[in-house]
Amino acid sequence: MVTNLFVKDRVAIVGAGITTFMRRALETPRELAWEAARMALDQAGLTLKDVDCVVIGSAPDTFDGVHLKGEYLADGSGAIRKPMTRVYVGGGTGVFVPVSAWWHVASGLCKTVLAVGEEKMSPAHPHPQYVFRYIWDPIIHRPLEPNLIWIFAMEMRRYMAKCGAKKEDIALVSVKNKRNALDNPAAQVAANITVDDVLKSEVLVWPVQELDVSPVTDGAAALVITSENVARQVTDSPVWIEGVGFTLDNQHWENRELAFPRYLNYAARMAYRMAGIERPWKEIDVAEPYDPFDYKELHHIEGLMLARPCEAWKLLKEGYFNRDGELPTSPSGGLLGVGNPIAAAGVMKVAELFWQLRYEAGKRQVKRPVHRAVANAWGDLMQAGTVIVLGN
Amino acid sequence: MPRRVGIIGVGWYGFRPSTPEVHFQGMMFESSHRAYADANVDPRKDVDVFVDCQEDLWEGIAITDEFAPEPIGGALRPTFTVSGDGLLGVAHAYMLIRSGLADVVAVEAHGKPSEIRTLQDVYYMAFDPLHVRPLPTGNPFFLAGLDAQAYMQRTGASREHLALVSAKNRTNGLKNERAPYSARLTVDDVLSAPYAVYPLTRYDIADFSDASVTVVLASEEAAKRFTDKVVWLDGIGFSTETGSGAVEWHAWGRMLSMRDAALMAYKLAGLAGSPSESFDLAEVEDRFSFMELLSLEELMLAKEGEAHRLLEQGHFNLGGPLPVNPSGGSLAMGVQLEATGLARLLEAVLQLRGEAGPHQVKGARKAVVATWRGVPTYTSAVAVLSAG
Repeated sequence: MVTNLFVKDRVAIVGAGITTFMRRALETPRELAWEAARMALDQAGLTLKDVDCVVIGSAPDTFDGVHLKGEYLADGSGAIRKPMTRVYVGGGTGVFVPVSAWWHVASGLCKTVLAVGEEKMSPAHPHPQYVFRYIWDPIIHRPLEPNLIWIFAMEMRRYMAKCGAKKEDIALVSVKNKRNALDNPAAQVAANITVDDVLKSEVLVWPVQELDVSPVTDGAAALVITSENVARQVTDSPVWIEGVGFTLDNQHWENRELAFPRYLNYAARMAYRMAGIERPWKEIDVAEPYDPFDYKELHHIEGLMLARPCEAWKLLKEGYFNRDGELPTSPSGGLLGVGNPIAAAGVMKVAELFWQLRYEAGKRQVKRPVHRAVANAWGDLMQAGTVIVLGN
Repeated sequence: MPRRVGIIGVGWYGFRPSTPEVHFQGMMFESSHRAYADANVDPRKDVDVFVDCQEDLWEGIAITDEFAPEPIGGALRPTFTVSGDGLLGVAHAYMLIRSGLADVVAVEAHGKPSEIRTLQDVYYMAFDPLHVRPLPTGNPFFLAGLDAQAYMQRTGASREHLALVSAKNRTNGLKNERAPYSARLTVDDVLSAPYAVYPLTRYDIADFSDASVTVVLASEEAAKRFTDKVVWLDGIGFSTETGSGAVEWHAWGRMLSMRDAALMAYKLAGLAGSPSESFDLAEVEDRFSFMELLSLEELMLAKEGEAHRLLEQGHFNLGGPLPVNPSGGSLAMGVQLEATGLARLLEAVLQLRGEAGPHQVKGARKAVVATWRGVPTYTSAVAVLSAG
């Protein structure tokens, strides 16, 4: 990647909004998108008239059951007579939406961008997992009728075997995140649970159990992203986008070392280089690693270089990643606690960091002072890594 | 001064009604390695970002982005998908280069409609599930029929004018190796064909073809490292008028998104003087014959309500003052789903390099490309190009 950045204008986040995350929302996808978009605009003190461009993120069209979903969501996302595109990297889309909003602004083409993530998973019949029957290579894999949880089970197994982590070590992530979510008004599955509860929950595909997994969710989240000039006019505490990174590995997940997410590591290095971060484990104060499964948070903490490979689970046990710990992760409650409307979940993570960096997170505010934060999302066939570094 | 962006390589594969010899990834690979050879770049070293343009339901795969990186050389590199027309991918490439994040960007788009067994049903899936999909409309192109009617009413263009567009483009296509639906067609042939959607007959509507197109873009400094065959992307614009679920807000008989996109692209290109005198050729939207006339007006290449008069006078013929769709347009080349915009960009690039072959517009220095995403969307993109 190029590093000779001559960015004239810094890019800031000035507003964020999320809908309540829930199953079987009565709102249409367009209404969900607008609810989040309006909240973000309200926080920024701006209206649709101030928005120059719109970026939409939404994962498979089959969840909402609408083809050309970006076009469908356009008016709900405020894209009425405005430049609009929909970007898509599977589950990584959520964090990728603000990433691409960055170059909308940094290129000088747009001054104010509305970045919206939306997903309505619950209408899929009989279960959203069925949508994942159609994500496979149509010739090699689809005839085997695989299920998405199977391949994640393989990855979890591999991580456990390579790193010596036990089920009860990994279950602590679920316990921590669901507890953090108790303070999040948007959360769908916040709870005070114990490691035992996780270990006794229904086995889906060994070693993945029900409480190891994030739920099926409907929801939307949005951010208002502006140039430095606009940001200075509308707020005293803009949150800067300091680094962006993204990497996509090939589709052959079966040929990969699953214990370490190399695609994420590459994306993180790209973002850190741009942000001038050399020692992320020291320089990052709060993180929102993508946690659709509990082992994934550990996996991603290692990919983001916030812990050494295979050591995240040991630090977790010491309370290092708690909200009052050294390096709080998923203070929002993460996907395990707040819910997982695919693209909206990634935007929610960035929104949480925005609130943390402005000290606006209320009961969720982490104990230590915060200056720099990182979020990531992950998607496709365990191949997409998207990373954003924020600073205040 | 913002960085200047140029197109340093193009590659294509297909432009046939069916391509049974290749898998969609095979097609992507073919067009991409040709583009990299044309640009003289090594994709594993020289290309900073890869952009792929595709939509899940066209592909029949729920997360098609998974299959993007490998055939275009983007594995373990910064690669992403724009769910939209290839020209929207080019807009992202333009922004990536202008922002300084990338020096060289590859954009790929493909369409393989021959493998879609229920194309009409897939179109219906794009309609609002509550308000539009349940209507007993029979053919998803009814929306284009309504727009055609409104356009004709407003401007006084007749069915003969629409037929003349189809006859012109399909005849132009005879000189283009990428135009499987070209034919020596007369206005009478078009008018006497059965209606598909009133007032459009089957020859007023473009057929589908399979193709993959890859374009390599670079900043001015980077371009010099690889090639001296540069076509400048002076400006790009894109816009959405309204959502596909909010057809009631569409201005019928207009394509305001194309007007907005054109204004954005012209502004970026610093177009001095009137657009109608600024270009040597135009490759514009024509998947429905009336769209060519409407596009010319929205692009301000003809005054409102006058495009059909100029057409009558042969203004837009190959050899006329402003050749429009010398390639034959979508009517002759077919609609390649999300690759349609890149197909038209490809034609314009070849024209400006003087490599278009039998349908070369002599001395072409400046071109405009405009595309619309088709029914039921109200999104368009416009690019302004100039010869290097």
